[in-house]
Amino acid sequence: MAALLSPLSPSGPAAAATPAEKGGGSRGRARNRPFLLIVPALLVLLAVFAYPVAQTFVSAFTTPSPGTGNFAWFFGSPANVAVLTRTFSTALWATVICLCLAYPYAYLMTVASPRARATLLLIVMLPFWTSLMVRTFAWLVLLQDTGLVNGFLGLLGLGPVSLVRTQTGVLIGMVQILMPFMVLPLYSVMSGIDRRLLTAAQSLGARPLVALLRVFVPLSLPGVAAGATMVFITSLGFYVTPALLGSPSEALISQFMYTQVSGMLMWGRGGAMAVVLFAATLLLIGLLGLAMRAGRRGKAGAR
Amino acid sequence: MSARLGRAALWTAGVLVAAWLVAPTLVVIPLGFTDKVSLTFPPTGWSTRWYANFFGDPAWTAALANSLLVGVLVAVVATAIGTAAAFGLTRWTNGRGSAAASVLLLAPMIVPGIILAIGIYAVFLKLGLAGTLVGFVAAHTVLAMPFVVVSVTASLRTFDVRLETAAASLGAGRWATFRQVTLPLIMPGVVSGALFAFVTSFDEVVVSLFIQSPTLVTLPVQMYSSVTRETDPTLAAAATMILVLTTVLVGGGLTLAARRNRAR
Amino acid sequence: MPVDPPEGAALPAGKGARIDLSGMTKRYGGAVAVDDVTLTVEPGEFMTFLGPSGSGKTTTLNMIAGFTDITSGTLRIDDRPVGAVPAHKRDIGVVFQHYALFPHMTVAQNVAFPLRQRRVPRAERDRLVAAALETVQLPGHASRYPRELSGGQQQRVALARAIVFSPRVLLMDEPLGALDRKLREFLQLEIKRIHREVGSTFVFVTHDQEEALVLSDRIAVFNNARIEQVGTARDLYERPATLFVARFLGESTVLRGTATPDGSRSRLDLDGFAVRASGGVRSGPAALVVRPERLRLEADESDAGGGGNAIPVTVVEEIYLGAARKLEVLLPGGARGLVREQAGTSSDLRVGDRARLCWHPDDCVLLPDDPTTERILT
Ligand SMILES: Nc1ncnc2c1ncn2[C@@H]1O[C@H](COP(=O)(O)OP(=O)(O)O)[C@@H](O)[C@H]1O
Ligand SMILES: [Mg+2]
Repeated sequence: MAALLSPLSPSGPAAAATPAEKGGGSRGRARNRPFLLIVPALLVLLAVFAYPVAQTFVSAFTTPSPGTGNFAWFFGSPANVAVLTRTFSTALWATVICLCLAYPYAYLMTVASPRARATLLLIVMLPFWTSLMVRTFAWLVLLQDTGLVNGFLGLLGLGPVSLVRTQTGVLIGMVQILMPFMVLPLYSVMSGIDRRLLTAAQSLGARPLVALLRVFVPLSLPGVAAGATMVFITSLGFYVTPALLGSPSEALISQFMYTQVSGMLMWGRGGAMAVVLFAATLLLIGLLGLAMRAGRRGKAGAR
Repeated sequence: MSARLGRAALWTAGVLVAAWLVAPTLVVIPLGFTDKVSLTFPPTGWSTRWYANFFGDPAWTAALANSLLVGVLVAVVATAIGTAAAFGLTRWTNGRGSAAASVLLLAPMIVPGIILAIGIYAVFLKLGLAGTLVGFVAAHTVLAMPFVVVSVTASLRTFDVRLETAAASLGAGRWATFRQVTLPLIMPGVVSGALFAFVTSFDEVVVSLFIQSPTLVTLPVQMYSSVTRETDPTLAAAATMILVLTTVLVGGGLTLAARRNRAR
Repeated sequence: MPVDPPEGAALPAGKGARIDLSGMTKRYGGAVAVDDVTLTVEPGEFMTFLGPSGSGKTTTLNMIAGFTDITSGTLRIDDRPVGAVPAHKRDIGVVFQHYALFPHMTVAQNVAFPLRQRRVPRAERDRLVAAALETVQLPGHASRYPRELSGGQQQRVALARAIVFSPRVLLMDEPLGALDRKLREFLQLEIKRIHREVGSTFVFVTHDQEEALVLSDRIAVFNNARIEQVGTARDLYERPATLFVARFLGESTVLRGTATPDGSRSRLDLDGFAVRASGGVRSGPAALVVRPERLRLEADESDAGGGGNAIPVTVVEEIYLGAARKLEVLLPGGARGLVREQAGTSSDLRVGDRARLCWHPDDCVLLPDDPTTERILT
């Protein structure tokens, strides 16, 4: 996510190291004084972030009664497990579509002129900063049965297609919102690839497309992995888009959590689903880390 | 020949994706000015009745006022706390400690919003903070703070710390140095952090859906419940106003960030 | 939060303070950056810290300024211990190599900054700023921003800002290091003039020996976190206390051998021959140092006799300098010597010629040998 923000605030060259340690009162415990400045932020985070999240996880095992009853309930019903698999498959689809759209886009950014690149970057950042509600509402208008998209399809002689209240609608909305999470890691890796390698491959007789596939694509894989993980994880927790564009009968886990907690006040069940969702997230981050390390080791070994 | 073809294909794909990222959202603008009761696009006639409707309906105006109030308070609180934290992070010489603190400070960005929403809801219910101004500000501050930290940290990284040593040699104490030297030089980062904090709060839906109360509804929440109930073009008018406001603010933030980088 | 006017701000201008460093030591973890430095800088004196990079000059200066805390030892300014006084209350002006001008302030605002901290009234402030800019010869640039000035001009502004509040001590850490040679030489003279005008105690850090020679009343030579010798330029050049000082300041011929007492003088046994040196009677491994202008070359190879030293050599290199020339000669055993001849009194020896290298025993110093200098200087 920090990578996501980097175009907004690229960290410049680190200011040259301080000639000595800082300032007048660098005596003794003053060295840890900067820590005091972090304390208010940490307190707010502990009270309104860490504690509530921990509390939710704990409630999975304690509410209404201690034990693993909430998990038994969740995994015991095929309908609930279907929600989970649907959530994962939606996330997977969103990731794949995002990758297909973002890869050429990010590649274009690496070869475009600086000015065009800045424009492309701005455009991809736009969904990140324009209101989620506004964007989802716009899709709702466009995708409805009498909407612009169906009108266009009608002109082509294709009958009205149900887009709103379907997985297709959810995917269209999600993918647009998730694009920056895929484009930015891709771009940051691609822009670091030495393009002379492509020329070198061509001078060795490879056709441009072959050179691209054999040389560039493998080198861009770390960006693919990072972007795909970001998109997958983020889409697992999506709420507004599926709730408005999707069908209630095909709910995703976050909608299910909302109903359980807000509607039925089943805190423990909500907590259990939070644990499952969070565990899946951490597992993915862990797997990605392992894959990256293995990849790096493989590369080092090849040398 | 094939290289040119490839380039053309690449640009076509890029432009299509760009259009798909930007264009759909823009339909709300003409829709807000339709003279029909329905959300058919494109509109066949024009009027400003939906804006009149928006400003005549206390539910919408109250939501707008709440969102503005919460957003401003969040911008102030998150900027103050986040700037201090960014300072601490860049100046703390304990590498491991500051790495751990920065992970925690940025964590709200990666935890799924729904999990945070449920947790905050539970805690706020217990403390009686659900549906209160304090509750909204606290919850949104947590979500907005990472943006402030990132933005201010970036400008502190390009700030030459040796200027503070120079200020001390010239007789300026810590606070005078901060006020007269450091703060003016990192101001673009602080201001863009504040703008992003405001926009984060102004757009926030998921947590707000949980902690809302009939007496305190924010604009995105009001939109959400209108969308699920009925869809009249007042929504499009509201959406247009949100779009314009956030675009102006984010544009300002990005310009400041760009100026900060150019100043180097 | 109001800033206390630093103590000493009320003292009359134009008088320098005495700085006493006693046993000053700075450790970073296990590494010693400054080791037991003891030194007194007299009021109004121009003292230069000279030494190779990493020898502890900046660290010593930073301890005086209050930027770095002192691990052990005491620091007194005018007999007042100031080790615990924070930097902003020490009332010491500092000029940095990187200028450290505030980029968001104009030249006038930069120079007025220390006066603002001291709550100097507006009118007085304007007068002092104008005077300081006059002193550094930059009037008319008051409303420019630092980025609109050249490097030399920026350093003048930094200088004006450091002297405008009449500090009794002015510290400068390689202030001319970032400038090109011509400008550097010009500003050296300016700094010397400003020192005379303001009368403060100046402590100047440099690794450039010529700069040190031009500017200083006295020079402290740093090496390996310690001071090797303190003295006037003449002391250091003519009576170096250590081999390091001899080699760091100016050129010389160094002959290594074993010393034995010989009457009022010492005898140094080299590979196959012996020479004599006066003063510093020593025994054991020693190094003899002679400056190039103290050496003579005589074409006649026969023994000179008398009290002088004479060694048969071969001329291997000639460097023409206009007003003088330098000849490099090869001694028996492989050592090299460097001779400087003034244009009028030059011998007519050429590369390849054989000659005798002569000098008077009073014109050389015999120092304890210190093989570590080879590593540092070459
Ligand atoms: N903040 C620091 N932490 C650790 N070592 C330092 C620090 N500052 C200086 N040193 C070490 O102290 C020694 C002296 O440095 P310095 O005083 O800067 O030398 P000089 O100014 O003579 O070049 C060097 O070996 C340097 O690496
Ligand atoms: Mg130094």
